[in-house]
Amino acid sequence: MAYARDRREIRALIASHKRWDLCFGLLGLLALMVGVLTFVALFVDMAIDGVPRLTLDFFTSFPSRRPAQAGILSAWVGSCLVMLVTAAFAVPLGVAAGVYLEEYAPKNWVTDVIEINITNLAGVPSIVYGLLALGLFVYQFGFGQSILSAGLTLALLILPVVIVATREAIRAIPQGIREGAYALGGTQWQVCRDHIIPYSSAGILTGVIIGMARAIGETAPVITIGALTFIAFLPPAPLKPELPFVSFDWVMSPFSVMPIQMFNWTSRPEAAFHQNAAAAGFVLVLMTLAMNGLAIWLRYRLRKNIKW
Amino acid sequence: MSAVPGEIPAAPQSAAMTARLAYRRSRILREKAIELLLFLAALVSVFTTVGIVYVLIKESVVFFQHVPLLDFLTDTQWTPLFDDAHFGILVLLSGTLTSSLVALSIAIPLGTLIAIYLSEFAPFTVREVAKPFLELLGGVPTIIYGYFALLFVTPLLQWFYPELPGFNLLSAGIVMGIMIIPYVASISEDAMRAVPMSLREGSYAMGATRFQTAVKVVVPAAFSGIAAAYILGISRAVGETMILAVAAGMQPNLTMNPLEPAATITAYIVQVALGDLPHGSIGYQTIFAAGLTLMLVTLAFNIAGHVLRKSFREAY
Repeated sequence: MAYARDRREIRALIASHKRWDLCFGLLGLLALMVGVLTFVALFVDMAIDGVPRLTLDFFTSFPSRRPAQAGILSAWVGSCLVMLVTAAFAVPLGVAAGVYLEEYAPKNWVTDVIEINITNLAGVPSIVYGLLALGLFVYQFGFGQSILSAGLTLALLILPVVIVATREAIRAIPQGIREGAYALGGTQWQVCRDHIIPYSSAGILTGVIIGMARAIGETAPVITIGALTFIAFLPPAPLKPELPFVSFDWVMSPFSVMPIQMFNWTSRPEAAFHQNAAAAGFVLVLMTLAMNGLAIWLRYRLRKNIKW
Repeated sequence: MSAVPGEIPAAPQSAAMTARLAYRRSRILREKAIELLLFLAALVSVFTTVGIVYVLIKESVVFFQHVPLLDFLTDTQWTPLFDDAHFGILVLLSGTLTSSLVALSIAIPLGTLIAIYLSEFAPFTVREVAKPFLELLGGVPTIIYGYFALLFVTPLLQWFYPELPGFNLLSAGIVMGIMIIPYVASISEDAMRAVPMSLREGSYAMGATRFQTAVKVVVPAAFSGIAAAYILGISRAVGETMILAVAAGMQPNLTMNPLEPAATITAYIVQVALGDLPHGSIGYQTIFAAGLTLMLVTLAFNIAGHVLRKSFREAY
């Protein structure tokens, strides 16, 4: 009899433990749902308020005191130009730094300092980069409150992302590739240029896209260097009819960007401007989601396809 | 060419050799130059740090010549732009800490739960879908969250608690917490997944359930990684700007009550940057002193995290 009772007790114990497991599993799923549902609520809320404002005029009008006529022309043009400068600096610098750290760097304290430094920079609040840019680029170097200053600031901000992605992509290349190239008499740079960088380019691209998606949504550092919140003109065009067909006047132009336009409209009391903010936010979210989604898809493809 | 067979033509060969040597030398030179260029690119990150420290300290030194450090740390008012100027950083710090506490009390429990669920409980398909989704969530610009806090969460909270002011630390903190969840969850999950399978198998072999294995074996083993995730979450919360600038108001307010509006260090910097302060004025320098404080707070948390990680590190 004692045996039977023991067995019953053990069964009860097991059942109660299993219930615990189930409860905890449900709790975890619930927590996950909180995150997912918040995101859905955010997206839907913004879409309901903003989508009616998304006409062609919204993209081709300057900001205005009358909410119904206001648009995001100067904001999206500014965002695109700033991103151009950011990419022009962050990509070559980040890839070069990544290649150096993986392929060239000797094991010494200088390398250690650089590595620790990159890890720590990723944790520096973005507004501090804004202060750096305000003190250094805007006043010390005299770039002023221009597209160049903003692009450089955001380039420094996403540099760690690009460097880390480059290093990870390079690390995935098997040693045999390098050895084969060296055996044929290639120099270190030839190996990097003709093999290491091309083979890691998809991984690097993933990192660059994620970095750019972050840069396009960054508001605080760009406000800190003094981007305008109300601007009714475009920077000078980068292309011109006479020789040499390109002009770089636009890099020194004052500007606004999408998130700042949205911030400006959000902080106004009138509800009509909040609708504009929702519309601008919707465009911004779609842009960052598309970029991040592309990067995630690219990485997924990469993981599946590459067999060395 | 009337060379006798068997005789070594000396002059042409030496010319070829010099050419080869010159080529070799230029090749080595070019290699060195490229290595130097790449090294300089890697140094940019170090220059960034040096630049940040230089700018913050340079402007703060001027600031502290006007304002004694003791006043800065103990004054209970922050009115740098008034005639009767007070510079008590505690006022801004209280806003930063209160909002961060609200955010962390949401992000840490939920993030940890999600991490445990994804690493120990979730079926393969759920994890494959949830991980990229969390990543997407982490990529949403913070100004979007700010809009959400001000125009969605605050009205929602006011429905429960009508006296809540339009600007408050609570809704900003809640949304900030939700924003941080993906970071905490994703890094904690990576740490838990790195725990070797044999530990789990040992635990299961002893008759432990999933829950017991997760809480008593996996979490302690992955603690150093989880601590790193928490520290990153804290850094994010302390340095977050736009959510607070939009939803928590810009009034300096010495309070630890999340139901009140209050400015944080970051919101103050934004507020000053939006105005038109002349370069070199005391108001201009306050934002660098505020930024320095922010950096020191973040640094303190990071050092604490490093110590924590070191002392709990488990090696397998």
